[in-house]
Amino acid sequence: MHTVVCIKQVPDSAQIRVHPVTNTIMRQGVPAIVNPYDLYALEEALRLKDRYGGRITVLCMGPPQAEAALRKALSFGADDAILLTDRAFAGADTLATSYALAAAIARIREDMPVDLVFAGKQTIDGDTAQVGPGIATRLGLQLLTYVSAVGEVDPENRRIIVQRRAEGGVQVLETALPCLITVLEGLNEMRFATMADMFRAARHPLTVWDREAAGIEDITKIGLKGSPTVVSKVFAPRPRTTRAELIEAQSGQPNDLADTLLAKLFTKHPQLGRQIVRRSS
Amino acid sequence: MNDNTAAPPDKKPVRRRKLELDPRLAAYTGVWVFVEHERGLVHPVSRELLGEGRKLADILGVELAGVVLAAPGDVARGFCDEAISYGADLCYLVEDPVLAEYRNQPYTAGMTGLVNAYQPEILLLGATTLGRDLAGSVATTLRTGLTADCTELNIDLENRSLAATRPTFGGSLLCTIVTRNYRPQMATVRPRVMAMPEPDTTRTGRIVEHSLGLVESDIATKLLEFIPDDRRDKANLPFADIIVAGGRGLKRPENFQMIWDLAKVLGAEVGATRPVVQAGWVSADRQVGQSGKTVRPNLYIAVGISGAIQHRVGMEASDVIVAVNEDPNAPIFDFATYGIVGNAIQIVPALTNAFRQHLTTARLAG
Ligand SMILES: Cc1cc2nc3c(=O)[nH]c(=O)nc-3n(C[C@H](O)[C@H](O)[C@H](O)COP(=O)(O)OP(=O)(O)OC[C@H]3O[C@@H](n4cnc5c(N)ncnc54)[C@H](O)[C@@H]3O)c2cc1C
Ligand SMILES: Nc1ncnc2c1ncn2[C@@H]1O[C@H](COP(=O)(O)O)[C@@H](O)[C@H]1O
Repeated sequence: MHTVVCIKQVPDSAQIRVHPVTNTIMRQGVPAIVNPYDLYALEEALRLKDRYGGRITVLCMGPPQAEAALRKALSFGADDAILLTDRAFAGADTLATSYALAAAIARIREDMPVDLVFAGKQTIDGDTAQVGPGIATRLGLQLLTYVSAVGEVDPENRRIIVQRRAEGGVQVLETALPCLITVLEGLNEMRFATMADMFRAARHPLTVWDREAAGIEDITKIGLKGSPTVVSKVFAPRPRTTRAELIEAQSGQPNDLADTLLAKLFTKHPQLGRQIVRRSS
Repeated sequence: MNDNTAAPPDKKPVRRRKLELDPRLAAYTGVWVFVEHERGLVHPVSRELLGEGRKLADILGVELAGVVLAAPGDVARGFCDEAISYGADLCYLVEDPVLAEYRNQPYTAGMTGLVNAYQPEILLLGATTLGRDLAGSVATTLRTGLTADCTELNIDLENRSLAATRPTFGGSLLCTIVTRNYRPQMATVRPRVMAMPEPDTTRTGRIVEHSLGLVESDIATKLLEFIPDDRRDKANLPFADIIVAGGRGLKRPENFQMIWDLAKVLGAEVGATRPVVQAGWVSADRQVGQSGKTVRPNLYIAVGISGAIQHRVGMEASDVIVAVNEDPNAPIFDFATYGIVGNAIQIVPALTNAFRQHLTTARLAG
């Protein structure tokens, strides 16, 4: 089996700050990491490889520095890594991104047929969850999103069974290979990479493709040009209110603090007060 | 190129200029709302979207349509009637046995078929697992723009375009996105951010039927089984009126019992932050925030929660927020309504007692 895993390098959003005046993201000093949701996808691919054998190719579109994300994936056990990088890809929205990634996968499968493509649930910088469905639709792959467990694979009859999170329950679905799976967080735990794995990954040759190498001829479909959506405004969320009114009690005792809070709630918010009484009776 | 998102925040904002709408685009008219249903139930986000869609359609002076894709039968017709009662002027209906359960391929075919035949200018879906799955495929098939996970929708009157606002970078920034030269303009919207409208069952409207033209053997994906969630102990956070939520400040899993106790007295739901869920103190469906649920209760009591942006985006629409935290500089105090600075281990039992007493007295007083 040959599996392609799409990983993106993202700024660690837990450490991101917004410039208070210009409303731009201050990336300086913010470490770049592999999109955390993509690691679940990679681990699931590795587990399938442990079970059924085969090869894993990791694919990342990004600036040259995104090489680090691919090396990380190699250290966990991916076999090949492809970095898709070209100035012409800059400014891509989800439609243009899925076009470029789909083109690269089409190029990959010229060399070796692809049975499975994995993507993360979403990215932490964009949170759109649309690139996976976009790639599947472009390549005509069966699409399985929000997968919570990958079950049996029958490589001979080219079938796979997965559990997919739906509203109100779990769908058990069987579909045909090749397919594209996006996985939920928490369906597995990432394995550790040893020092030796990291050294091996650091020396591993990386394939770097620009637009032409990926077989993309039509530049109107990539980057800013290929993006139907346009950002018209970026702004900081309006602060909800001013600071909280701090509840104080002379004694400082928890009981007195609680009573003071209740008095506030029931007098200042009579409707809420009535609702609390109604609900609890 | 590091920004494949629909919202690269360092992209230069476009300059506004008055545009004559290309006749190719002007052929697209009307606002559509996809009526999502699973297991015979309409998802509440669809009703919220019909309310929002009504407003947009009125601004544009066009019709609002519901879109129902379903297995043939009374239930499907009922969904159409319901969409009309929630504000639609008409409802498009594709009935086919292959649409009985959600699967990407037949639903994508049904939706793109309708769009190509009737050409709406705006198509809205809920940002649910189903809606996000379907929207991605439909937008790609139609080669049009999609703004995912929006929290606000407006019409830019200058050029009749949909201005869709969504959070990025985990809620640190908001950006407004337009789809200039493609139709329809698509957006998915998070549940519980738009107000729920009142239905009016006296409203009437037309039902427009359309056929799908697929047979079961055309569809590669088969549903083997549906395992419904265990409804007993299931959280219904998005619709709770009161939520008591606990964070890492509770320190140990045993201490989380305090949260349940206070919630019980208040008849409230229990919520939690991500670290608490990851530590396994409570189930994942109780996580509030960017990668959990968006909630908007009348009262949100946040205990031992720092108020990180990823948590905040999921709960700041609450009417009244009470925060209990021992650190007077915790970010949660920057936006809570009331704050108690103190040790949760002592404060929460005192709150539980005070509420219990107050409620007993109130009940006795009738
Ligand atoms: C991609 C991504 C997605 C995320 N999604 C979510 C999400 O959906 N939801 C979410 O909640 N988080 C999410 N997070 C995590 C988020 O960034 C924060 O780490 C998290 O919300 C912090 O949880 P906390 O407030 O419980 O813990 P902490 O930040 O550790 O805060 C604990 C607080 O408790 C206080 N405290 C300590 N002891 C006591 C005591 N005895 N009494 C009273 N107060 C006390 C402390 O002063 C502190 O303010 C996400 C992060 C990332 C990177
Ligand atoms: N630039 C990229 N390179 C490789 N994979 C990507 C890229 N952007 C998105 N993906 C994949 O698509 C998933 C969904 O991304 P998004 O639609 O941005 O939330 C991610 O989890 C990745 O698996």
